[in-house]
Amino acid sequence: MTDQPSSVGPLRVVLVDDHQMFRSGVRAELGGRVDVVGEAGDTDEAIAVIHRQRPDVVLLDVHLPGGGGRAVLDACTADLPAVRFLALSVSDAADDVIGVVRGGARGYVTKNISGDDLVDAIRRVADGDAVFSPRLAGFVLDAFSSGADDPLEVEGLDQLSPREREVMRLIARGYTYREVARDLVLSVKTVETHVSAVLRKLQLSNRHELARWAAARHLV
Amino acid sequence: MSLPVPPPSPPSPFLRPERRAVRRRRGRLLGGVCRGIAEHMAWDVGWVRVAFVVMALLGGFGIALYAAYWAWLPLSDDDRPVSDGSGRDLAGVLGLSALALGVVLLLSSRGIEVFGSWVVPLMLAGAGVAVLWRQSDDTRRSQILSEVSSSARLTTNTALRNAFPRIAIGLSLVVLGAFGALAANGDVLASLRGLAAALLALAGIALVLLPFVLGWWRDAAAERRARIRTEERAEVAAQVHDSVLQTLTLIQRAAHDPDEVTRLARTEERALRRWLYAPTGDASRTLVAALESEIADVEGRFACAVDLVPVGDVARDDRVDALVAAAREAVVNAAKHAGGTISVYVECGRDSVEVFVRDRGPGFDPEAVPDDRLGLRESVHARMARVGGTATVRSAPGEGAEVTLVLPMSLGARSIP
Repeated sequence: MTDQPSSVGPLRVVLVDDHQMFRSGVRAELGGRVDVVGEAGDTDEAIAVIHRQRPDVVLLDVHLPGGGGRAVLDACTADLPAVRFLALSVSDAADDVIGVVRGGARGYVTKNISGDDLVDAIRRVADGDAVFSPRLAGFVLDAFSSGADDPLEVEGLDQLSPREREVMRLIARGYTYREVARDLVLSVKTVETHVSAVLRKLQLSNRHELARWAAARHLV
Repeated sequence: MSLPVPPPSPPSPFLRPERRAVRRRRGRLLGGVCRGIAEHMAWDVGWVRVAFVVMALLGGFGIALYAAYWAWLPLSDDDRPVSDGSGRDLAGVLGLSALALGVVLLLSSRGIEVFGSWVVPLMLAGAGVAVLWRQSDDTRRSQILSEVSSSARLTTNTALRNAFPRIAIGLSLVVLGAFGALAANGDVLASLRGLAAALLALAGIALVLLPFVLGWWRDAAAERRARIRTEERAEVAAQVHDSVLQTLTLIQRAAHDPDEVTRLARTEERALRRWLYAPTGDASRTLVAALESEIADVEGRFACAVDLVPVGDVARDDRVDALVAAAREAVVNAAKHAGGTISVYVECGRDSVEVFVRDRGPGFDPEAVPDDRLGLRESVHARMARVGGTATVRSAPGEGAEVTLVLPMSLGARSIP
């Protein structure tokens, strides 16, 4: 699944956040369980460090001086398809979250995540899976909710399957992947597959509700 | 009388309020000059007006005097109620007109040509000037208003837009009057030529002055923008000072008490988020806003963090209120027995509203709930049952607990998109 031999040795991670204090805090929390190979405080620095280090995972702050996390994603995803991005944010604003996920981030977690959960999320993203916080799952359910019972609407990019919807609901309720798997009597791997499918739909869907919904949230 | 009376003792000349004659906006017929003078001198406004009309008929002296007063006296904007209404004003105008007509007829009968070659053009021009001056009064007033509150910027634009017909009428009257005056003294062609020359000269002057006027306009606009920015910064500074700085001080004082520090930080975070990202809605009107406010309260009382994830929203009614109360009890229960992070998920579906409250505490066996967990059984189960809903508890030792509240909604008609 991974293009680099990440199974050999700890995962190589780059931290991108404009707050030095937050970077050192995360570094301490990760506590040697991953190898932090670089840090950056703005978009230009981040793009340079990521191109130089080619890490497994970039922990990317949504709000950055010089264009935000989205600018870093736009500058890196085409050149470096093997580098995975995990968005970190204090913001609950829907358009921020949807923006970075649609820009190519493989997950979104809030900054109050515990160290263990963060390491877990980094591993998951490095393996090519998606990481959804409860809030992101809530956003997804909200965005894909209207017209859900419309029998004419064919299941596809613009529609969640009933199973995907169930998985999203459990994640929104605060369940871990393992708990979701047990609740739905599935394997963890299957849950991961469902979440990745939802991520792809979120990134590729042209569903107009998605845009309209984000715009409406922004205005409210 | 409404005039300020000088204090009888001690007559300090510095303390006595200065009495300035002003023009009155309220109750004015034209420029407010007569009313202003009448109030200043404590005379009856009607007689002042008669005096001006009479003076106007004496070779136009009254008109010139009125114009001079109009130009020099400031317009007062105090909205003191005026005793006589518009009906009496109209009667006054009619009376004055009749008086003027009488005087004119009298003079005419004596062989004095009142409607001479120059009187009508002069009156036209005078009327035009009056319309323009009155317009400028109104525009200035709206500008003053818009400076008082920057949000009233629209007022100026609207006032200007409304002003255009009046400005056009005033200008036309002035031009017509000038043309009439010229035509009265010579042939029409010559006066047309003179008028054209005058207009050309005016256009030239306008062209010369245009850069200055535009520059002044831009400066004024830039100044206004700067002021708005300053106001915004002051608002942010006030917000930061009232909330973040205060809380940071409290946190430093409570540094020895981790629970208190967490509670303070969490409360502040919530308040700041609400300010930054705008509240979901009015807590008195929607389910999610009501839950947010309840959760903030519980977080303030117990050392816990509650993550609320809402999907959809519904308007509040008695049944929804019962759901909110039951959800609050469930959160309080989780905060008491589990602590840590509590997840609350609300989904407003087509035919029901579901609330999930999940904690990561030690968990328990729901079959063997001790009686001291009366809170959960009574407040949550009973509340939900009374409004036709259900409450179920799922837990096992070591796995935390989850309370599920389901409230069936009829047709989902109240769902808020």
